[in-house]
Formats: sequence, C-alpha cells, structure tokens
Amino acid sequence: MSFLGKLSWDALPYDPIVIGTLTVVAIGGAFLFALITKMKKWGWLWREWLTSVDHKRLGIMYIILAFVMLIRGFADAIMMRTQLALATNGSEGYLPPDHYDQIFTAHGVIMIIFVAMPFMTGLMNLIVPLQIGARDVAFPFLNNLSFWLAVSGALLVNISLGLGEFAKTGWVAYPPLSGLEFSPGVGVDYYIWALQISGLGTTLTGVNFLVTVLKMRTPGMKLMQMPIFTWTCTWANVLIVASFPILTAALAMLTLDRYLDFHFFTNDAGGNAMMYINLFWAWGHPEVYILVLPAFGIFSEVVSTFTGKRLFGYKSMVYASGAISILGFIVWLHHFFTMGSSASVNAFFGIMTMIIAIPTGVKLFNWLFTMYKGRIRMEVPMLWTIGFIIIFSIGGMTGVLLAVPGADYVLHNSLFLIAHFHNTIIGGAVFGYFAGFTFWFSKAMGFHLDPKWGRVSFWCWTIGFLMAFMPLYVLGFLGMTRRLNHTDNPDWNIWLYIAAAGAFVIAIGIAAQFIQLFVAFRDRNKNKDTTGDPWNGHTLEWSLASPPQFYNFAKLPHVEDIDAFTDMKEKGTAYQRHAKYEPIHMPSNTNAGPIMGALATAFGFAFVWHIWWLVAASFVGLIVAFIARSYASGKDYYVQPDEVARIENEHLDNVAKG
Amino acid sequence: MSTHAAAHHDAHHDEHHDTGRNTVFGFWIYLMTDCILFASFFATYAVLFMNTAGGASGSEIFDLKLVAGGTAALLLSSITFGFAMISAYKQNKSGTLFWLAVTFLFGAVFIGLEIYEFNHLIHAGHGPSESAFLTAFFSLVGLHGLHVTAGLIWLIILFIEVSKSGLGNQQLTRLSCLSLFWHFLDIVWICVFTVVYLMGAM
Amino acid sequence: MLTRNLSKIALMALVALLAGCQGGVLDPKGQIGIQEKELIITATILMLLVVVPVILMTLYFAWKYREGRGEAYEPKWSHSTKIETIVWAIPILIIIVLGWITYKTTHELDPYKPIASDEEHITVEVVSLNWKWLFIYPDLGIATVNELAFPTNVPVEYKITSAGTMNAFFIPQLGSMIYSMAGMETKLHLIANEPGVYDGFSANYSGGGFSGMKFKAIATETKEDFQAWVDKVKASGEALTTERYEALVEPTEYHPVEYFATVKEGLFFDIIWEYMGDHGRIDYFDKPDYAAQPPAGFELLERKARESEEASQ
Repeated sequence: MSFLGKLSWDALPYDPIVIGTLTVVAIGGAFLFALITKMKKWGWLWREWLTSVDHKRLGIMYIILAFVMLIRGFADAIMMRTQLALATNGSEGYLPPDHYDQIFTAHGVIMIIFVAMPFMTGLMNLIVPLQIGARDVAFPFLNNLSFWLAVSGALLVNISLGLGEFAKTGWVAYPPLSGLEFSPGVGVDYYIWALQISGLGTTLTGVNFLVTVLKMRTPGMKLMQMPIFTWTCTWANVLIVASFPILTAALAMLTLDRYLDFHFFTNDAGGNAMMYINLFWAWGHPEVYILVLPAFGIFSEVVSTFTGKRLFGYKSMVYASGAISILGFIVWLHHFFTMGSSASVNAFFGIMTMIIAIPTGVKLFNWLFTMYKGRIRMEVPMLWTIGFIIIFSIGGMTGVLLAVPGADYVLHNSLFLIAHFHNTIIGGAVFGYFAGFTFWFSKAMGFHLDPKWGRVSFWCWTIGFLMAFMPLYVLGFLGMTRRLNHTDNPDWNIWLYIAAAGAFVIAIGIAAQFIQLFVAFRDRNKNKDTTGDPWNGHTLEWSLASPPQFYNFAKLPHVEDIDAFTDMKEKGTAYQRHAKYEPIHMPSNTNAGPIMGALATAFGFAFVWHIWWLVAASFVGLIVAFIARSYASGKDYYVQPDEVARIENEHLDNVAKG
Repeated sequence: MSTHAAAHHDAHHDEHHDTGRNTVFGFWIYLMTDCILFASFFATYAVLFMNTAGGASGSEIFDLKLVAGGTAALLLSSITFGFAMISAYKQNKSGTLFWLAVTFLFGAVFIGLEIYEFNHLIHAGHGPSESAFLTAFFSLVGLHGLHVTAGLIWLIILFIEVSKSGLGNQQLTRLSCLSLFWHFLDIVWICVFTVVYLMGAM
Repeated sequence: MLTRNLSKIALMALVALLAGCQGGVLDPKGQIGIQEKELIITATILMLLVVVPVILMTLYFAWKYREGRGEAYEPKWSHSTKIETIVWAIPILIIIVLGWITYKTTHELDPYKPIASDEEHITVEVVSLNWKWLFIYPDLGIATVNELAFPTNVPVEYKITSAGTMNAFFIPQLGSMIYSMAGMETKLHLIANEPGVYDGFSANYSGGGFSGMKFKAIATETKEDFQAWVDKVKASGEALTTERYEALVEPTEYHPVEYFATVKEGLFFDIIWEYMGDHGRIDYFDKPDYAAQPPAGFELLERKARESEEASQ
C-alpha cells in the first residue's frame, strides 16, 4: 500500500469542462485570498468569524455556505438542462454519461444537504435564540463545530470535482449500484463521507436547539407562546434527532460493505439491498419535512407581520406542524410502491401520506385567513409568500397524486416526480428561505436589502420555475423517465427546450439576488436600519438593535403574549432604559471548531483514498482536540455592566431618533 | 477547581442558564439519537439473521457461557457505577475513584471477552464477510463494543479529572453524563443478549 | 358513482389536451393503463376542488386587503372556531374520499393480481441485465433480447428479476412498472387492448448505459401474427445456453435485438437462485425439479409446506 493510498496522478481531471471550472475557481480563490491578505483581514476573519460561537455569526456563515453551494448546485442544474435540450433526436449532447451521471448525483446531494440544510440551519441559528429571548444556544461550541462539520462535508463534495470523481448513482445511492461491484471508484466514497460528516453536524444541531428551546426560554414564555418560526424549527429538530441517526446507520453499513467486504446490501452472501432503501427513506422522508417546516414558520411570521395582524389559528398551526412531523415518519414506503409490496401495504402508506395533506391544507387556509381583514404591505418577503402559496398548492396536489399507488405505478421515477419535488422544495422550502432572508437580512446585517432587485429576483425565480418545471410534469405524462442522458422522442423536444429556457430565467433570478446583495453592501451607510424594527415586527428579535448586541438581551425580557414585542409596544414597556445592568456571562470564541472541521475533512478524504495512516492520525487528532477543548481554560467571560449600559443606551438613542 | 470556587462561579449564573443541567439534558437527547442508531442496526439484524448463505448460523457458533460471563461483568459494572455516583454526590472522592476503577475493570473484562469471541470466530472462518447474518452480527455487537470502548476511555479521563480536581459541579455533570451513557449501554446490551444470543442460540 | 361521474366530466374536459398526447401514460392502450389514467384524472379533479379556490382566494385577498385600499382592518382577529372547523373539515372530507378511492384502486390495480380474461395468460420471464432486457418465454422455449411480443387482448404475466443492479420494467402505454431486483422475483400483469408497437424501457437508473436500456413491446393483432413472430424467433437457430447467457451478462450499451430459438430449461430460476440461495427464506414458488439443490444446512421453505401449514391453521 502506497503512502497516498489509491491517490495518484490519474485522479486529476481530464475533462475540459471540469478543468475550466477548476481554473475559474482557482482564479476566484486566489483573488479572494489576495484581497483578504491585502486588507490584512485574516486575523479579523479568524478571531471574529471563523472561531465565533455567536449563533448570529454562525447563522450568517451558514447562509454564506448555502449561497456558495447554490452556485455549484445550480451550475450542475444548468448543465443538465442544456445537455437534455441538446441531446435530443439521438444526438449525444456534450456530457457523456460518465460525467452527466456525476452531475445529477452532485446536484441532488448539494442542493439538499449543502444548500437547503445550511440555509435552514442558518436562519434557525440567526433567529431562534432571539425569538425566545436567549443569549445564545445551549452549547455554543458544539454549534460552531456543527457548522464546521457542514463545511467539511461541502469541501469533500467540491474536492471530488478536482481529485477523482463523485458518485454516479443518483443522490439516493441505492445498492447494489452503489456497492463495490458496480461502483468500484472513489465517487461513492466521497458521497458517503460528505453525507456522514455533515450529517453528524446536523444531529448535533438538532440536540443543541432542542435543549435551547426547551430549557432557555426567557422568563414567562410558555411553550404555547413561542413564536411560530421557533415552533416549526423545534419540530424540525425533533425530526433531525429522530431521523439523522438512521442515515448515519445506513451510510455506515454501506461503508462496511465497500471497505471491509461486509454483506449488508450486496447481491451475494445474503445481503438485502431493499433494507438500504427502507433505511434511506426512513431518514429521507422526514428530511423533506425538516427542510419545509421551518419555511412554513417563516411564511407564518411574514404573513402576520406584513398584514399587520396576529397569525390566524396559532394553535392549529402548532398542532398541524406536529402532526406533519409525526406522520412524516410513517410514510417512507411511498418512495417505492413499485417494489412489489402487497396492495394492503401500499394502500396503507398511500393513505397515510394523503393524511399529511390535511394539516398542510389547514396551514394554507390559516395563512389565507391571516391575510383576511389585514393591511397587506407588498414587500419582497410577502411576494415570496404569495408566490409560495400558489406554487406550493400545485406541488402539494401532485404529491397527493403520487401518493395514490395506482397513479404512482405509472408516474414513479418519471419527470413528473422530478417536477413534483422541485415544486415543493423550491416552491415550499427555498421560497421560504428567500422570504426569511429578505425578512431578517437587515436584522442580521444592520442595513436593508435593495427591494427593487428583490422584486426582479422574485419574478425571475417564479417565472423561471414555472417554465422549468411545468414542462417536466408534461414530460412525465409523456413517459419520460428521470436520469436519462439523451433522448430520441421528437414529442419531448419542445418541453425540454422550454425547461432549459426556464433554467436560464432562474439564473437571472439568482444573479438578481447577488446584485441585490451588492447594491445593499455598496449603499450600506445610506440604508442603515437604525431602529432595529423596520417592519413593525411582532416578536422579540425586533426589540433588539440591528445587528443585535452580541449578548442579545441586556436584561432577559418578560413575555406575556405570543406576539411578545407587539404586546410590549402596546403596553408601552418596549425600549425600557434600565439604570443598572448585571454582568453578562458569555462564551469565548474557540479555534477548536475549525480545527476539528479540518481534521474531519482530512479523515473523510483519507478514507476516500484509503490513506490509512492519515485516517488514524486525523481520528486521533479529532479525539485529542475534543478532549483538549473540554479541559481548555478561558471558555467564558463576563461583559461588564458599564459596557452593557453604553451599548444599550446607544441603541435606545437611535430608536428615539428613528 | 475547588468546590468553593465552583459554587462562587455559579453565583454569577442567576440570569444565565444552568449549564450543568442543560448538559445532562442535552446528553440525554444525544442518547436518544444513539438509541435510534442502535434500533437501525437491530432492524437490519432482524432482516438479515436468516441469511446465512450456507454458512454458520447463530446456534452453531454462539458460546452462551462466554457471553453470559461478559453480560454479568457489564451488569455488575452498572451497579458499581451506581456506587461511584453515590460516593460522588456525598463528595467522597476516594470512594468515587475506587468504584470508578472497579467499573473500569468490569467493563474491560466485558470488552476483553468480546474481543476474544470475535477473534475466535474470525479464526474459525466465521468472519463478517461469510454471510449477511455474520455481517449484521459483527456490526450490531461491534457497535455496542465500540460504545463501551469509548466509555472506557471516557472513564480513564474522568478518573484523572476527579483525582486532580475533586468533585466540583463540572465533574459531577460529567460523571452524570457518563453514568447515563453507561447505563444506556447496559440496557442496549440486554437487548443484544436477548435478541442476538438467546434467540439465536435457540 | 362519484368517481365515475367525475372521471366522465374530466375525460370530456381534457379530450382536447389528450388528443395532443402521443404515447406516454395519458395515451394508454391496455386495460391497466386506462384505469390508471382515469384514476389520475379523478384524483386530480378532486384535489382541484381545494387547490383552485385556495389559489383564487390568495390572489383575491392579496389584492383586496393590500395597504391603501381602506378595507376593513382587524389586527387582533386571529381566531374563529367556525372557520377553523371548516378549514380542518374540507381537507379531511377530500382525503376521506380520496383515501377510499386509493384503497379500492390499489387492490384493483395490484400488479401481482392476474387480469381477468377469457384468454389464457402468457408468461414472460424478464431479466434486467447491464444494460439490456432479456425476455424468456418458458412455455414456448424461446428467448429474446430487447424485443417483446404478445397478442392483443391476451393477458401477460411478467416474472421479473435482475442479474445485477436494480431496474424497473416499464411500458408506459400499457400501465404499471415494477422493480427488478437480483435474488428475488417480482411480478406484473399487463394487457394490450390495441395492437401496436410500444416503447418499453428501464425506469430506474442503473448506471452508465441506462439511457439505452430500451426495448419494443409488440402487441400483435392476432394470435397468428404472434405465432409468426415466435416462428421467426425459432428460425434464428441460436440457443441460449448457460455459457451464452454468461456472455450476455457482460455490460453492453444499446444492445441490438437478439433471438434465441431454445433456452436452457430453468434458466430464469438459475439466475434468481444464484443470489436467493444465500437467503434464509425464498419467495420463488415454481422451482423446477431439476434446479440446483439448496446448500447443505439450508432449510427450504417450500410452498407446499407453507400451504399445508396455512391449511392446518
């Protein structure tokens, strides 16, 4: 066994598209490196951000990660759509299966695990502690570690672009295709370790936020007074701790099959591939609710804020979210009705799936009745919300259709299915994150986003989405199956062309978002959010400055209502000046998180390439780093009352002026 | 850190969260995730245990006497850990250290027997590659064994910590977490022993 | 009744749309496919009963209550038992109806259920290989690659397995698909009610050559035409022996149509048994007598044993 395991010069890419991409990334990276060096910002970046245990900064970093990976995942999407638009009538297009199959796998993994998850986790980090009146999460260091484990997984996916290959199995990586016999390369190993490492981080996040929400609410806040976004995140965290270990188990078994000649899922020696498929979806189905429930919470916050009303049916909303979470666990079989289960089993899982439409439908109606007799301000977050209600209604409907086994027998694995889940994940989750992003941006950054480019982005995304995915429904009916590399059915061509055009319209929407960000940063001094409450918000995060004081609350607020901040504003107890403050206990930043993230990356990379000495070294390093962190001194400090008073008075002066 | 210093330290916590209780609660939720991890391996074992691929089945290879010995050691270690916790709450440092050492010994016996069993099976040609049954067997039992091993390492670390720093709040919190972990592994082992060994040997 | 009326309305309403659909699942040519299409349309209409009002109400409320129009504004109005009852009741009612339809159709359309017909069914054994389809006609003693034929109006029973990766056997215009998996047998029953040549393919991604894993399913007009096809296959003269099969297993892409005049008896069972032999239980009941003996120490739970057990209960 050589020093570098299976790693050799052959691992370098030869495909001109990949080389081109890597060149652009290298130039961009070098430019960024030079810029930070020139501005002498490395120390600042390390001390203030990368090692930060502040949930607000981690939230921002998660969202940056999501946007960076969105570019990667979307580039994959554009390549797939152009390939399918070019490779018609028997033409082979420009992406041979060897490359194309990696792209659709990477696209799925990246969009779900490294775009949607970090975006959701980022917003949750940013807002949940503020909404419950907490000064931080329960375990600030673990929060930082979770983030770096997510980065570590994302890095592995990106390293696979330049060294070796990514999986050619589809994002579900079903064995036996993903087993050693049919996928002998390193692609599936990259897949396994990227998911395993980031999944561990997600599990830690779930534990962390459950403790935070259950144990660290501000005095007076009952569970049934938690803001609805916090509630939906809490349900999502319940799903995380209950479902991610199943993914960990399934991936661990696949790992043993591939590395140690075990026989969990192999064809021979009595392995059973169906077990993987069951385990995968026992995680995979709750996972989509993990993505979409927080988005539902965002829509609830946005609708009640921009209609200037209380949320209609708060209790219904909480119970509906709970029902969705619990039901989400007993429907996984609907992902494989065509495996040959008996009619009774299929009917049971089909009907259970449909039942989820009931609480979801209730939510839609409750948003509608929140708008009823409201005073709606058509700001950008509200646009995303209205777009969501319309698009998601369609996606929900096609989802229920797929839950009918008799319909699924002909629609399964077709482009109809692809259209359906993009309809719910883009129209549901991603629109929600964008609504949340525009809603809370000024809270996080202290200045406003540009609404004009926000509107451009919204319309491009919406129109582009309809153009890109409605044709896929038609193609599904026309019998086109997913993951085809090229086609030769002339009836399909026109729909494939429209879908490709739609992808480019979405590209403009994404570009508009970056322009929006650029404009906001350029004009940041003009667009300051001085009061911290630009939308006349209902919940506690709006009672703080923008960006919030690093300790969040100088005095923990006392909460008496669901819309706690509205209640305070009405009673005249908001923005109170206190004569005296107590010292505030705060966690210190730590470099253990980034170090352990780096070690985890090395660990995964070494496993991918069978570099055993590095596996051992990085594993020991991880354990030592964790123990060292446990016994490190200086993990916390106190903010002195006079400093608190200075910061608070500055904010209250700004509020008075604003 | 002395107890006095710890108490003083805590006085500042009036407005802040109670870290120790949060840690134990968080650790308890983590144990629930671990429980689901084990449940996944149990389910897989249940699916695969008949798939012997013409090789050995459970009744042919299980040595119940050996496993019963290991089981006894692990169950006893749970009791001795309980004694360690009682001593710890009484601020009896030497008693705590003594019972932690006894717990470690019992745990080490359990792991030693398990390593012996695995080694014996592999040398007899019944390694995890032989069949899906043995794959599932080695993975489920091995997963538990890895947990116990991690618990032993943690025991050593806490032994050193307690002997150096005494029984402050931080040490009590950490001992509580390890105690939860240790008892949890005991419960998992009872399931493993029943489902894998007793039902397999019958 | 409701189902039938709804689907009738739907059929009329969507005639124009469907006229444009050539091929695919909305242009079915067999009983199963036709029922599935009707099911899709019925379910869609049922759901549109909620979805359309929601979309219209969204647009209407967004317009009516926008700032500056001076409409009624009640910022504290957030609960109404009447409305909440209705918003829970409407989805519940729709799902009850849809759930009942689901229960009924899932049993009716069970791929394992033989199709009722005056005609005796034909059995085809289907094996997915990388990346081609092998069809064995056990009763006729012939086999083909990437071409399938059967007479119109005669039900066909497909017994499906895989020699390696998982695939799905799918002829969209005839109806349901079913996965093919190594070491086990899945079943599917389809019928063509109109003669024609239909596209068939794998509907589950199985690796590099997946896009070319296609075949033609020929529904011949008469039984005589089918016999002519069988004769054509028999005239090819080639024999599908175990050795020839092993050569066929080698991965190929866009494999041409092949005919085999004879097939090694029980080949399909051998293919399944290669992996099923390692399992502790078997789900393949029609094991030929000659077939490989189970490995020593392996208890074979045969159908007869199970049947007698069931009978005694």
